[in-house]
Amino acid sequence: MDMTMVLEWVIKSIVLILFGIVGFAYTTYFERRALARIQTRIGPNRAGPAGLLQPVADAIKLIFNEELIPTKADKYLFLLAPVLTVLPSLIIWAVIPWGTSITLFGREISLYLADINVGVLYLMAVASIAVYGIVIAGWSSNSKYPLLGSLRATAQIISYELSLGLAFVGPILIANSMSLIQIVEKQQETAWFIVLQPLGFVIFFLAVLAEINRAPFDMPEAEQELVGGYHTEYSGMKFALFFMAEYIKMIAVSAIAATLFLGGYSGPWVESLPWLGPIYLLIKIIILLFVIIWIRGTLPRFRYDRLMSFGWKIMLPAALINVFLTAVVIILLP
Amino acid sequence: MKIPDLLRVNEIIRGLWITFRSMFEKPVTIQYPEQTRDPKPRFKGRHALKRYDNGLEKCIGCALCAAACPSDAIFVEAADNTDLKRYSPGERYAATYEINLMRCIYCGFCADACPTEAIVLEHIYELAYTDRSEAFFTKEKLLDPVSDIGLKTPQKVEPGIFIRSIPQMKDPV
Repeated sequence: MDMTMVLEWVIKSIVLILFGIVGFAYTTYFERRALARIQTRIGPNRAGPAGLLQPVADAIKLIFNEELIPTKADKYLFLLAPVLTVLPSLIIWAVIPWGTSITLFGREISLYLADINVGVLYLMAVASIAVYGIVIAGWSSNSKYPLLGSLRATAQIISYELSLGLAFVGPILIANSMSLIQIVEKQQETAWFIVLQPLGFVIFFLAVLAEINRAPFDMPEAEQELVGGYHTEYSGMKFALFFMAEYIKMIAVSAIAATLFLGGYSGPWVESLPWLGPIYLLIKIIILLFVIIWIRGTLPRFRYDRLMSFGWKIMLPAALINVFLTAVVIILLP
Repeated sequence: MKIPDLLRVNEIIRGLWITFRSMFEKPVTIQYPEQTRDPKPRFKGRHALKRYDNGLEKCIGCALCAAACPSDAIFVEAADNTDLKRYSPGERYAATYEINLMRCIYCGFCADACPTEAIVLEHIYELAYTDRSEAFFTKEKLLDPVSDIGLKTPQKVEPGIFIRSIPQMKDPV
């Protein structure tokens, strides 16, 4: 392991983190514009050309906000919670492949940070850590609404994680590998897994909507019932960190969905022109982000008991049946 | 068999189609400082004091508006007209006329009470101010400008034309 290798990793990590942060800023802008169009409004269009500087204005406003800490809050946990929420959403990007490899400055640079052979497990593990941040935020605030919000988040994420894990199994079985790069390569050989695994994709998509607390599963932050949910007591940059985590997770799950089911970086001519890979992946991510926003603009929030019964009585059996059928088909068809 | 509500996928798809379709409709937003919307005909905005065509003020300083005002926002101080210095066709005119817009509730009772239709609630709604003293609308701010054919007040008139304490004519010559 030489120095240039380390340097390459550091640069790639910084680029990924910057992508996450800029992506977060412009996902909020994209969401506000798209929701406005769904509601036949215009949306933010004042700050800069077509409102493109709106995220900057929001960031400046949040930085200058007063940082409140409730008197009886557990200070260390209160400060730790936003960090614990953001970190997993950033490190999840490590295993997502953006392409095969390109030649830059006479060096062959692979367009992924790490190709670990248990990539999918890594995704599952890291995605689950984020719930700790939410639980700690709710508990350390020492206030009733954050606590209720975090309790809901815990129950919801644990319930839906089962179906999410089972939805991962379909692509793993077909690709016969847990490495995300091999899953993408298998999709290049056969077909996108959304064709082979339509039920798996639907289960995956619903489960990640619940996992990242997006509408219609945004129970932990149901404003009408819980004020702001687990981040009620947070203000300023700490509040911004929770938002950042939510939006980066949104982008991350779009990237994972694109990688597992929509062919990832693959597309026409990507073999001869490898730099097309990131572009294809970005297009797929943007389409999936739009679908998430579109669903938020359409569906009302679930009632809490229905959310749980939907998770346990419909999603879990459907995911199990999907895994069973996939396994049977793979054994019967060599 | 009854279909569980959660499985009514066609309803979800219908909803998604409606929201998707609405994305291509024209936005209903009015971009306010650049675009404004005309108020409805009976909209009650800020007051204005009216003049006759010849430039005389309609207000005769009777203070009925101040009496009718439920929030005590109007202050009127009357003074006598003379033929050398004539402000209104009546016996008296409003020497001081002030409306405190911080108190005004825009009910329009003043306009209803006015015997000469001197005070009217106009369509002016851009009433923001940065200093509290700007909320006091004095006579100079409220009075309409003189029309092309009228003369400024005070006017010098021939004696014997305006003899009634309450003017009768709609538009005196």
